[in-house]
Amino acid sequence: MEKKSNRVLSAIESVCYKFRYLFLILYVALMVIVPFLDIKLVHAQVIILIGVYAMLGMGLNVLIGYTGLVSLGHAGFYAIGAYTCALLETKLGVNFWLALVASGVLTAFIGFLLGLPSLRLSGSYLSIVTLGFCEIVTMILKQWESVTNGNYGVRNIKQPVFFGIKLDMYNGGLIVLMLVLCLIVGVASLAIRNSNAGRAFRAIKDDELAANMMGIHVSRYKIMSFVISAFITGIAGGFYCVTRNYIEPGSFNFDVSILILSVVIIGGLGTIRGMVFGAAILQLFPQVFRFLDEWRYVVYGLLLIVMMRFRPQGLLGWQSTQPYHLSKKTKQILEADGGTSEPLEAAGKTEGGSEQ
Amino acid sequence: MSGFLEVSHIKMQFGGLAAVDDVTMHVDKGEIVSLIGPNGAGKTTVFNMLTGVYNITSGEMSFEGQDLKSMIPQDIVKIGISRTFQNLRLFPKMRVIENVLVGTHVRTKYNFWDSLLRTPRFRREEAEHTARVIQILRSIGMDGMRNSFVNSLPYGDQRKVEIARAIATDAKLILLDEPAAGMNPAESEELLRFIRELRDKGYTILLIEHDMSVVMNISDRIYVLDHGKLIAEGLPQEIANNPKVIEAYLGGEQKNVKNN
Repeated sequence: MEKKSNRVLSAIESVCYKFRYLFLILYVALMVIVPFLDIKLVHAQVIILIGVYAMLGMGLNVLIGYTGLVSLGHAGFYAIGAYTCALLETKLGVNFWLALVASGVLTAFIGFLLGLPSLRLSGSYLSIVTLGFCEIVTMILKQWESVTNGNYGVRNIKQPVFFGIKLDMYNGGLIVLMLVLCLIVGVASLAIRNSNAGRAFRAIKDDELAANMMGIHVSRYKIMSFVISAFITGIAGGFYCVTRNYIEPGSFNFDVSILILSVVIIGGLGTIRGMVFGAAILQLFPQVFRFLDEWRYVVYGLLLIVMMRFRPQGLLGWQSTQPYHLSKKTKQILEADGGTSEPLEAAGKTEGGSEQ
Repeated sequence: MSGFLEVSHIKMQFGGLAAVDDVTMHVDKGEIVSLIGPNGAGKTTVFNMLTGVYNITSGEMSFEGQDLKSMIPQDIVKIGISRTFQNLRLFPKMRVIENVLVGTHVRTKYNFWDSLLRTPRFRREEAEHTARVIQILRSIGMDGMRNSFVNSLPYGDQRKVEIARAIATDAKLILLDEPAAGMNPAESEELLRFIRELRDKGYTILLIEHDMSVVMNISDRIYVLDHGKLIAEGLPQEIANNPKVIEAYLGGEQKNVKNN
């Protein structure tokens, strides 16, 4: 049964792969159309939350899906991003776009600091540290009243303005911004995955000692993945704060960390499509099954258990059946050689050091 | 000739146990040298010392005149020593081609921003490395499987991928830790041919092997370790007739029955 479902998925994958540019065009077209659609406020809010959680998922995915470091404290990064953006805007009157970048940068710096203990700790021990981190962040947000306004939260966060157009819920501007940010984060995640750094991350996840022996500076890359993950999460937080009128420490508690983690696990570790899918499911489920009242969370929990039993790799997580993408340049080099070269030639043999 | 791999009086002490004690050896460029010995003789420990996994207790090691003792594993790979592992250590959730591409990590010069922005530098280097990896895979007859995930490959093929990964680091000296383990006779015959081919292409090989028949066939020189001490060295015929070696092996077989 599982084999069959995999075959169906890989068929879908190959179709998607074939038409990937078409999908990209459709995606861009969607951005153009959205402002002309009449989207109800409730719907817009859910759509935006899906986007935010897709981004949060992609952020955590860099850490868990690529490098294999489990963080239970991503709500902490999320909060830092949201508060940075909100406070810069409301207290210092900084432009949203600058504040958004600042959220990413500051959160990335905190990510760097939190990444340091990851060099000495592994597995569950590291997760506990991140858990503590999240608690500390919420505690600071609650207690540092002179800056964060404590439990009252930050109010009157202004909506971003783009060349004179105010982006809000009613004109669909925030949805467009969400689509743009998701696209950038998604493309960047993929670009990182298929590069030297991405391979280093995944090598560390699979076998740390072997990665070390292949010349990968394991600690450097672990910190780097913390920084990237925190940066993306910070951006998501910065964006989230402008979609609300106000934010409060309670929006960033441990439950949120778990929700982000669920997005990653349910969607499918290591994949980008999985993050979007996981975010959509987790945000839509409580809405669609509203008629079940409190029971929906019981059903939700049961579904999670069933899923972990039958599809532990995540709903959209499977080993790709598509061939590894070779760039045009690679093919050119291979063709130019035509199989005549001696690929195994040892480095430095021609330097004249061979045996007499 | 001296100065390729020089190891003198190295010692590795774990608490009260000297896993490797006063071993002196050298490997010249273009040789296939074997390190043999019964189970637990300290062969893999020597590899771990050479590749920087352990900080050696005492002694000197150098490669092409560079002191290995103070180097971290990453630098050792960079100057041209690469290894495989006794129990396969591949990256099972990555494709064959990606596994071997990890080997090119130390030769990669583009930085993170290049890869994020897909700069020409990134594209050029990535294309060169990918092409080279495909050529390596071709030469070991693994190109047809480059898209497969490593965890779906048969054991013998996984060993080949590991060797390909070691080659991809542009190593001059390749340390192979029991490459024929778990292979059937036909596979190990093919492996031996491949190792000789590597030597002919200019690589230098230091080999750990358990199986005497494999070793006798391929080695230019042999070192024999027993209980962490070097008990013999020389040409294959000399080793085969050395009473100490025979005793170590036969005695070893009687004392602790091999379990493989």
